[in-house]
Amino acid sequence: MEFFTTQGIHKVYGSTHALNDVSITVPKGSIFGLLGPNGAGKTTLIRIINQITAPDQGEVFLEGHRMTSEDVSKIGYLPEERGLYTKMKIGEQALYLAQLKGMTRHQAMDSLKYWFKKFDITTWWDKKVEELSKGMQQKVQFITTVVHNPRLLIFDEPFSGFDPINANLIKQEILELRDKGATILFSTHNMGTVEDLCDHIALINKSRKILDGPVQEVKENYKSNIFEISYKGDFNQIQQVLDQNFSILEHKESLRENFIRIQHTDGTGNNELIRVLLGAAEIRSFREVIPSMNDVFIKAVENYNAQNAVNTK
Amino acid sequence: MNKTWLILKREYLIRVKKKSFIVTTLLVPLFFAALMFVPMWLATRDDKQERIIAVYDESTLFYDQLGQEGFTKYHFIEQEKFNALKSDLNDEEFYAVLYIPGNIYTVNKAELLSKKQVPIDLAEQIERKLSQVIETDKRRKVIEESQMPDLEQKLAGTKTKVSVSTLKVTETGEQKKSSSMVAFFASYLMGFIIYFFVFMYGSMVMRSVMEEKKNRIVEVIVSSVKPYQLMAGKIVGTALVGLTQVAIWIVIGVAVMGVVQNFLSPETAQQVGQSVMESQQQMGQAPAAMATEGNQMAEIMENIANLNIPLIIFGFVFYFLLGYLLYSSLLGAVGAAVDNDEDVQQMIFPITFPLILAIIMLVAISRNPEGSLAFWASIIPLTSPVCMLARLPFSPPAWEIALSMLLLLATTVGAIWAGAKIYRTGILMYGKKVTFKELAKWLTYKG
Repeated sequence: MEFFTTQGIHKVYGSTHALNDVSITVPKGSIFGLLGPNGAGKTTLIRIINQITAPDQGEVFLEGHRMTSEDVSKIGYLPEERGLYTKMKIGEQALYLAQLKGMTRHQAMDSLKYWFKKFDITTWWDKKVEELSKGMQQKVQFITTVVHNPRLLIFDEPFSGFDPINANLIKQEILELRDKGATILFSTHNMGTVEDLCDHIALINKSRKILDGPVQEVKENYKSNIFEISYKGDFNQIQQVLDQNFSILEHKESLRENFIRIQHTDGTGNNELIRVLLGAAEIRSFREVIPSMNDVFIKAVENYNAQNAVNTK
Repeated sequence: MNKTWLILKREYLIRVKKKSFIVTTLLVPLFFAALMFVPMWLATRDDKQERIIAVYDESTLFYDQLGQEGFTKYHFIEQEKFNALKSDLNDEEFYAVLYIPGNIYTVNKAELLSKKQVPIDLAEQIERKLSQVIETDKRRKVIEESQMPDLEQKLAGTKTKVSVSTLKVTETGEQKKSSSMVAFFASYLMGFIIYFFVFMYGSMVMRSVMEEKKNRIVEVIVSSVKPYQLMAGKIVGTALVGLTQVAIWIVIGVAVMGVVQNFLSPETAQQVGQSVMESQQQMGQAPAAMATEGNQMAEIMENIANLNIPLIIFGFVFYFLLGYLLYSSLLGAVGAAVDNDEDVQQMIFPITFPLILAIIMLVAISRNPEGSLAFWASIIPLTSPVCMLARLPFSPPAWEIALSMLLLLATTVGAIWAGAKIYRTGILMYGKKVTFKELAKWLTYKG
């Protein structure tokens, strides 16, 4: 079930088209990755969802209704350019930010106590931000993002600028929040975290959405029918059973077993391929190569840019 | 609205709790009190030093005529003593030696010998005393020669001082007393207060915006509240800080006045009054003119009563509020547009220039409130908060006031609109040096 959608978002800054007809659908309870090269328009889209800027065209819907300024209290947002008032005490500051999100002072206090305890920073309450290290400040920033129990969490590049320990902590927290029913959207360059965390992705390039869907489905669509097979037997026999629909990309022989990497151009099923191979050699392992998100990202962006270059000529 | 209130509260409390706020709030009145009080105190203190002046009077005109004044005593001495003192002034007995030559009547010169530099007040006192004695003597002789015993009274009767009351004829033909002097001070003071307030607290708004941008907290804030709410909270909160400061200053000012009055016992007050009178006499005012002092005071009171007080109060509040709103929203926009302190100077100049110009023109306008400079400066919105207000005590034509207010209102609304646009684009823009052309483009961006 969808939690929120954007429909046909356009945003123009002077002569720059920052977003061009971008529609995404984020399912409830999912972790949604917003991917794209620098300057693609990710931050602009995130700011539109947060009601910080208004789109020139298009709408954002939250649980079926058009999003209003009241809904910002349901969102927790950690921007890419993040910081705190350096001269203000941490506790006071966290209380202030929580109250701005619509909590009463009392509610905010209860929730902050929970989070400060959880992150083991209760002794920092009366410290000023300028007294803390950067890593410590990041913990406080994370708390101020989640303190009001938002149902939608938006992180812009959450793992850039965080040290590995805090990055890991946030990863754990994101998963925990998802398990508690929150929906999470984050933008990132780090494809490794996408593989680890995301259920769904959308890829934005040059102000347009060029790809989206569940991670498994996206990968499936980008697989290129490559198989890696190790076997015991004669390479020539294998070559004989494979018809002209197959091309052999790589071939290695060693004493214990041989290895080939093949690609086929028609839609032969995996089982049929195995059946053919069984007649020629003893199969040790058989693996269909699924592309990594990194491969998908690069391939999708390159394809789009190449196509666009042709179109504009 | 609730969120604007939260922001307002934070902006207010964070500033009021700052050390620098507390220090300036307390030090500024102390500084002004010191400026007023210390010279007064020093003046009364100096007078308390007992000085005995040895007088050697060759002319024998002055014996018993000098007496005592304040803490200064005159002691007449003989020639031997004078000669002894002349060669040895170290004598602890006398502060100084006054030598009056035999021919003082014609040369008008005497000598005051002392070890230390004689205070200027004392030298003046002696000059005055000697002149008075000679003058009285000369008068007596003139009266004797003229055979007119009442000449003194007759001459006194010729003393004349003409005072010109300025009267303004209102449209209904009614004549109203107006005093250029009272109006001048009122206008200068109000113009200056507005200038000071707008400048000081307008730039406080700007610095606060810059700080939020520099800290990178602003994006978190605007994800919770609308940029205009943040800006409104900031502007109103800062204004309240300013009003708090001014209120404290007024309270301290009144308290200090009370203390000063208590401190100055009747005698010292009299002394101060006396020295003031003396200095007036020295300036050539005859004692007879003193009688008009009381009249003058009454006249000033009457003039104050004749000012259009409701108009001035309304005008002050109006120009004060709109002037502050106009400038603080523009300065807030500048704070949002720039990234670093170097760029500020460049962007801020076109905005503060009219304000500085207004304060420069203030004296000229107060002197000639109906001139064309005064007219234009009080119509053009960026200078009108200072300049029209300065003209109000002189009751300028109603249509000019209305036009000035209307233009200022329209400009302020426009400035708030433009300021809000620039603000919400600027606060999220980093690492870009903005130009005015770029700013103009931001006005077209949606939301």
